Parts: sequence; structure tokens; C-alpha cells
Amino acid sequence: MAGMGNPKFLRPVTRTDADVGHAISFDAPLELDCGKTLGPLTVAYMTYGTLNAEHSNAVLVCHALTGDQFVASSHPVTGKPGWWDTMVGPGKPIDTDRFFVVCSNVVGGCMGTTGPAEICQASGRPYGLDFPLVTIRDMVRAQAMLLDALGIEKVMCVIGGSMGGMQVLQWAASFPERVVSAVPIACAAKHSAQNIAFHEVGRQAIMADPDWKGGTYQLHGTQPSKGLAVARMAAHITYLSEAALQRKFGRALQDREQVSFGFGPDFQIESYLRHQGVAFVDRFDANSYLYITRAMDYFDLAAEHEGVLARAFANATARFLIVSFTSDWLFPPAENKHVAHALNANAATVSFVEIATDRGHDAFLLDEPEMFATIRGFLNSVAASVDA
Amino acid sequence: MSALLRPDLAAIAEMIPKGARVLDVGCGDGALLEHLATTKGVDGRGIELSQQNVNACVVRGLPVMQGDADTDLVEYPSGAFDVAILSQTIQATRAPKTVLEHLLRIGRRSVISLPNFGHWRVRASLVLNGCMPRTQALSYHWYDTPNIHLCTIADFVALARECGAVIEHALALDEKGRTKTMRAEAWGPNILADGAIFLLRGA
Repeated sequence: MAGMGNPKFLRPVTRTDADVGHAISFDAPLELDCGKTLGPLTVAYMTYGTLNAEHSNAVLVCHALTGDQFVASSHPVTGKPGWWDTMVGPGKPIDTDRFFVVCSNVVGGCMGTTGPAEICQASGRPYGLDFPLVTIRDMVRAQAMLLDALGIEKVMCVIGGSMGGMQVLQWAASFPERVVSAVPIACAAKHSAQNIAFHEVGRQAIMADPDWKGGTYQLHGTQPSKGLAVARMAAHITYLSEAALQRKFGRALQDREQVSFGFGPDFQIESYLRHQGVAFVDRFDANSYLYITRAMDYFDLAAEHEGVLARAFANATARFLIVSFTSDWLFPPAENKHVAHALNANAATVSFVEIATDRGHDAFLLDEPEMFATIRGFLNSVAASVDA
Repeated sequence: MSALLRPDLAAIAEMIPKGARVLDVGCGDGALLEHLATTKGVDGRGIELSQQNVNACVVRGLPVMQGDADTDLVEYPSGAFDVAILSQTIQATRAPKTVLEHLLRIGRRSVISLPNFGHWRVRASLVLNGCMPRTQALSYHWYDTPNIHLCTIADFVALARECGAVIEHALALDEKGRTKTMRAEAWGPNILADGAIFLLRGA
């Protein structure tokens, strides 16, 4: 281990009063699934709450594709509240008065952990496309190194939604002895053809932007903002549902009485998506988006186990709570349930819930009282079993 | 806690051996599974449809799958459990015979409890009033009842035989949930019992 310090962010910090968290550097390189190594490795992370004397109350939160380590506190770049501050905080279901919450930016990310926008030590220039392809398992390996450094041998719970849920499943498969309980939310054991297809649309949008410049845009002082915004817009549709779009926007017009007979944002939904795209560009790196979407595409937990998902969990002793949402068509309840059945086939202790909502995949980030109630109840019972 | 357990559930609990692996299909709020875990060291799993009940199970620390007996039992391997329980639920399934077959396949033993539509009050209500019966145990109207496949004790015994099940033990239930051992084919309980509990073994 090389040392601790403040994380360096790609974008300037706008909230000077915000907690920027920590960064830890490892001298030993991270051995990646692609066969390459990544080093030195820096992992940026946040913690909330206090680790108890027995080190038995740690909760590892894994973030999704465009998330970061700022789970429950103000984002230093955007100034927005933590992305899961409805779930994590004092008195919240993941109660920081009782639990020690750790969340780190994934490998390949752009909020302080080593990713394609960082300077490669060997070349002295940003990695760009020289950054090696990383996988969900590589992300989990880096998290395990962080936990080692923090003196946490076992986590009371590892929890996350979407790509965060993939990491949760990978944790249970790769480090079964370190996981007391696992809560994968709105995810699957593999990325479906449809999901890979949407990711490919996003990547092509980025790479088609002339400002992408073969991934070397940092050297040219540009960024493929238009491509990245389009990628975000397309992806954002997949996070919602037809019913929710209809309920929120319908065919309502944006600041006008009638359609303009042009291509401006006539409809509220257009305006909304454009805003999502533009806001995203201000905080995210285009190459990171390429790498992290690829990591999700490559995720297929059964593939490492002769195609039999149950074997991936052969040594899992954790208690599982799998949470899905009825209107999630990106990671439908059936795919979540498939994981539950694989765990059942191993006689694992698994609960599965299917929460009724019209808010689609994004429901896991929103105010869903049944989700809060289930997770709170689950964590309380796990905490009681380990004296946390 | 055991004092609070519904009497028919307490009767089911008595049929479950210590340390058994149990699947409770339609486990409700998990009262039976929790009782079995604490008093008999049972390794229990539940299947339950209602969100509220699923949450209640999770809070109790019980593993529960939100799902439906009609669609989900097919996912469970044969012989995966020592006992599969279906309590006061078979009459609400779409395909009771298929559900029963799965139950007999999944559990080395099965425990099934059901309301008896052959009870004299039910019969009298239909004969005298000419309307679909509503009793204390079956209080719904015909148009809002979830109980779409009601049967009598005799009906169920015939189905169990047709599925090749061996009836190892049968209990008659009265309206207070008190139990009395009965012969499965006896005509008396089919008129006098409010419900029944069967311990079955697949052929």
C-alpha cells in the first residue's frame, strides 16, 4: 500500500464544504480478467458511520453504472445530494448510526478511482483507450483490496442495485467467506442481449462524435459531449417505464401552446431527456462510460461455472435478499428470480421480493416504501444475528 | 409465541420432525415457520404472494420467496425438502391437482390443510337458502372469493389417491381449530368437520 490521500476528480469541485472522501493507493498492481495488470491503483471511497470494535457492522454499498462513492452525502462536483440518501443515513434503512457504510468508486470510473481519464504512469498521458478492459469481477477485487486495507475481513452486508447488484452477486461468488448477507437489487446474473444492444447504441453515439478523437479527446482539450449526452438519453429511457413516462409526461408540450412544426423540444419528454443528457456530461467521462458499460456486457456469472449458475454460489453461506420491481424491463423480475432459484438449488438462505411499482428500473433509487421496509427488516435481522 | 400460534397451525407444527427442511407454501406472515425454527430447529423456507406478508417474514429473518404456488413450485427440485406444507391454500390455487403433484414431488412428506365444503352448515346453507354458502370459515361472497376450487374432505381424499399419495395421518378440525384423528374415508368428518389436515407421502 502506498498511502492515503484526498481523491483527485476529473471535474472541479464546486461544493467546497462537501466531504471529498478518501483515496487509497496500492503499489501492488491489480491483476485483471483480461490478462493485463493495472497499477498503481487508486481507489476513491467514502465511509459513513463508525466501524465497531468487532468490525462486524460493515455494509459495503456498490454503485451502479453512472453512480459513485457519494451515496449519502453531497456530491462535491454537482452539489447534489447523495444518490441513495433515502436509503443510507442516520435512522435510514441502512442506518449509519449503527452500521459502518463503505462505498468506493469502481475501477474504470471517473470519480477518483483509476480509470481511463487518469494519467498512466508509464506514458505520462491519460490512459484513454490504452486503459485495459475491466470486468465486474475486477471491480470487486479492487473493493476487496480496499476492505483489507480498512481492516474489514467480513462485511455484514454487501448491497447494490443494477450494476451494483451484479457486484453483489460477484462478491457472493468470489468471496463467499467474506459476505454475511447480500442484497442484489434490480439486477441479473448476466447481461441480456437487449441490454447489450442498448449499451452498444450508447457507445456508438460516443464514438461517432468527432470530438471523441479515438478516445484521445483529453489531449485535444475536447470532449464528446454530444455523443455522451445521446448515450445517456437512450439509456435513461431504459431506466423508466412506458407507464411512468405516460404518467409524468404524456404528450404534454414544453413551454408552448402547440407544436412548432420543427425539431425543437416540443414535448416535455424531449426537454427532460435533453436535460438528463446535458447534466450527465458535466459529471461523467465518456471513455469511462465505454469501459463500464462493457464491463456490464461481459458479466455472465454462470459462464465461469460451466454455464450452471447454481455452481457460482456453491460456497455461498450468506443470507440473500433479492429485490426486483414489477415494471423493470431492463432487469425484469423473472431474471432476478432466476438468481433466487439458483441460490435455492444450493439450499442457500434466500428471500425474493417483487415490489409493485410503475417506475421501472430506476425504482431502486427512488422513494419506494416497500423496498425500504423490506431492506430495513432484513438488515435488522442480519444485524441481530451477528451482534452488530 | 407458541401460545399465539393459530390452533390449526399448531396441529401442523406437531407433524413436523425436529431439524427438518421445510417449505411452507403460502406461509402468510411466517408465524408457523418462525415457530418451527425456534421450537424444532427447523430449516424453513416460505413462498408468499402478499407484499405485506413477505415483509413480515423478512423482518422475522425468514427466507421467503414472493411468488405463487401455481407458477413457482415447478422451479423446486424433487425431494428438496423433508416436508412441504400447504396450509389453507389449495382451494385458492388455479390448478389444485398440479399444485398437489408438485408438493408430493418436492417434499418427502406433505402436510395439507383445507376448509371442508362438505360441512353440514355449508350443505344446509345451500339447500335451505339456495345461495352460495357463507360461513365463519368461508366468509366471502361467491363473486369476491379467492377460494375458486373449494372441495370437501371426501373430494380431497379422492384427489390424493388419484395422485398416488399415501395418507399417513388425517386430522379433523373443528371451528375452534381443535383437532381429532380421523380415518380419511370416514363419512362423519365430511359432514361434521370444519376442516382437515393431512400428512401425505408421495408414492
